[in-house]
Amino acid sequence: MNRVIVIGAGGAGLVAALSAHENGAKVTVITKEYPTRSQTSMAQGGINAVLSDEGSDSVETHIQNTLKSANGLSDEKAVTFMCKEAPNAIKWLDSIGVPFSRNSESKIAQRKLGGAYAPRACYAQDYTGLKILHTLYDRCLEAGIEILNERYLLEFITNKDNNSKNFVCGVSVLNKRSGEVEVYEANSVIAATGGYSRVYHDYSTNSLSTTGDGVASANRAGAKLSDMEFIQFHPTALKNSSILISESARGAGGYLLNSKGERFVNELLPRDEVARAIYDEMAKGHDIFLDIRHLGAEFIENELPQEAKLAKLYENIDPSVELIPIKPAAHYTMGGIEVDEYSSTSISGLFAVGECANHRVHGANRLGGNSLLELVVFGKQAGKSAAIYADSFDKRADLSGQKKSFEDKITKIKEFSSEINFYEKQRELGELFYKNLGIKREKTAMRTLLNEVKEMKAALPKMGVSDKTKEYNTNLIEFLEFKNILELSELILISAISRQESRGAHFRVDFPLLDNKKFQAHTIIDRDGAVSYED
Amino acid sequence: MKINIKRENIVCYETNLENRTLLEVLNEIKTTQDASLAYSSGCRSGVCGSCGVRVNGKEVLACSYHVQEGDFAEPLNNASVIRDLVVDMDRAYSFNAKAKAWQSSIVDDVLLSHEDEKLGEVQSSCILCGSCYSACPVYAINGDFLGPFSLTRVWRYVSDKREQNKKEKIDNIQTNGIWDCTLCNACTLVCPQGISSKADIEKLRARSALFGYMDPNFASFGFGGGFDGSPVF
Ligand SMILES: Cc1cc2nc3c(=O)[nH]c(=O)nc-3n(C[C@H](O)[C@H](O)[C@H](O)COP(=O)(O)OP(=O)(O)OC[C@H]3O[C@@H](n4cnc5c(N)ncnc54)[C@H](O)[C@@H]3O)c2cc1C
Ligand code: SF4
Ligand code: SF4
Ligand code: FES
Repeated sequence: MNRVIVIGAGGAGLVAALSAHENGAKVTVITKEYPTRSQTSMAQGGINAVLSDEGSDSVETHIQNTLKSANGLSDEKAVTFMCKEAPNAIKWLDSIGVPFSRNSESKIAQRKLGGAYAPRACYAQDYTGLKILHTLYDRCLEAGIEILNERYLLEFITNKDNNSKNFVCGVSVLNKRSGEVEVYEANSVIAATGGYSRVYHDYSTNSLSTTGDGVASANRAGAKLSDMEFIQFHPTALKNSSILISESARGAGGYLLNSKGERFVNELLPRDEVARAIYDEMAKGHDIFLDIRHLGAEFIENELPQEAKLAKLYENIDPSVELIPIKPAAHYTMGGIEVDEYSSTSISGLFAVGECANHRVHGANRLGGNSLLELVVFGKQAGKSAAIYADSFDKRADLSGQKKSFEDKITKIKEFSSEINFYEKQRELGELFYKNLGIKREKTAMRTLLNEVKEMKAALPKMGVSDKTKEYNTNLIEFLEFKNILELSELILISAISRQESRGAHFRVDFPLLDNKKFQAHTIIDRDGAVSYED
Repeated sequence: MKINIKRENIVCYETNLENRTLLEVLNEIKTTQDASLAYSSGCRSGVCGSCGVRVNGKEVLACSYHVQEGDFAEPLNNASVIRDLVVDMDRAYSFNAKAKAWQSSIVDDVLLSHEDEKLGEVQSSCILCGSCYSACPVYAINGDFLGPFSLTRVWRYVSDKREQNKKEKIDNIQTNGIWDCTLCNACTLVCPQGISSKADIEKLRARSALFGYMDPNFASFGFGGGFDGSPVF
């Protein structure tokens, strides 16, 4: 049958699908929304690649910048592979029609993002992610790849082989429209479901659907997760809505001010440092603002139109004459499903790629523009690995009883009492996470939070859904997402408590120093919440 | 503030949110008053195209529209309603495949200038929100009409130097395509991305003329018959 199923249709999923198709597999892509609605559409800044060795930049510098930003936690081999492949990745995107911005010499234009020593991010105006994602989608249509929209992944279905090793043999999904459980067999499965920053709920820049479903499902299926405690906070999200104001605003000369109108940090430091400085000011009772008034109305109109639009819409202010109220917000999750150099997880036949996976290239702090790059480079690799694996798949699995068992689980959830409004709990959880597992962390607060998370988990049967309709029940989907978020919360907390040092995005007030002796290693966490460390 | 939402019946909801986007108001209703309300959303910032709806008869993005007292929200037109404000986009999206809205082959090393890039900049900013299909009077009566966003997408690729087989792209949009559009401009007026599919269709017509195609409506008027002499009804 040679069938590869890809769960998730963001940049990572679509690249993997195209690559698996190219390598001879019969590919089906499954997504809970429509492909073009994936979070990848939101990326504005750019995608990193050194396109020529003539200027001030080199592949070696790209590697060094990435390693430095990772704070000693990345795999040098993986980083080297990614940075070396970067020019090919851009060449490929260009060859399929991505409308990159060009400079006056007819070359792909590049701009400088935080932590890079040179202008290295290729972009398509303000819409880099959108244009890459749509072009990939068009390619998938051209290739005739089957795409199943609006289907929500419930579980990766696994079985044991003769050596009693876990292997994946299919997936169960909830068809949002019909409300029916569907089971799909596959020789191999690629998880490309995105990150888990929505744990922070209102304190996240992410799309509303970035709820870590794939990471949680993989964990339930027995896959190892790693580095879950490393969560990047972007310094400048709008205060009320957490919508991202791009780094380009500071890059162009924007200031950060406190309530007294004072600047308090060098705005061009790495994200984690700027976010911590803002945090400290806020702890003193200050409100924080981004000031771009001095850049002038014309510059803002031309260079930061999307920023101006969003500030107007969500804060009701005109940034050319008013200050923009901001706060740091959870933006990117470095951790995820642990994968090896072929993108395979600890379950045979299950591959993972994109923000849900941990290819060990971002370490403790991701460099802007490296995420889109990771999608393309490792997406190709994951697709190829999955196709090769699928081709040699020789195992047997009986999935006939599966549908019923998943249906029963859904029925049971619908019988929960809904005395407690889970949306309220979700909001509360986000706030608690922001306060206690945010930019700064400390043992006692995290322990208390862990207990609260456990209590919430235990109270799930009192939450449930009040909408019992079968068709298009978004109340049910959101409950399932909340359940995933709660499960991941526990794993994040356990990982964060166990890492008794400060590194990159993980800052422990009680252990403010880097401890390379004990902790220059990746946190691995299994299904039972047991933590170990691996080089 | 009161807002009316078209569900099976029209339902009036009241919240105390002021000066908020429709999406924020919908979220408030869903999470505190009525969990059964269905709508779509994603980015909250106008780029994912999930939240197209109609307010007071006009297509808007819920995440980019500020609610006014007494607003009436309903699902997009010309698509089947799945539930409440959610419509089935599969049919509309299928026209991208029908119109072969992609680059026909992979091409390396084509030099594109800054000006070349600008040619398709606006068109490639389409977010597939479906507002234009909802507003299009031709699509409303001809379900096979390729429709505004897919034709805009074809123009995006046809106007790109990297496209090696422009003729094939043009051939493919003659039937139920560019000549069926009445150039009414309704699509342009509702596009949140400032795209004019009407203008793109006009460009595609001009390009078709270069490949020897003529407006079939004009032909039938002028000669009282088709090119092959057969009568046209
Ligand atoms: C505002 C913003 C700006 C950014 N800017 C940049 C930038 O300039 N440069 C950069 O490199 N990075 C940037 N990033 C980060 C980057 O965009 C993301 O890391 C990347 O897009 C993740 O892609 P992905 O394919 O892994 O996942 P996503 O794009 O999140 O896609 C996940 C897919 O999985 C599907 N899915 C999830 N759960 C389920 C389920 N249960 N069942 C079925 N399907 C499911 C979703 O429907 C979706 O299709 C930005 C992020 C944000 C939020
Ligand atoms: S052309 Fe405009 S209205 Fe139509 S789908 Fe694209 S963005 Fe929406
Ligand atoms: S101009 Fe053409 S495509 Fe646009 S709405 Fe009118 S008929 Fe439809
Ligand atoms: S939520 Fe993405 S466009 Fe409105």
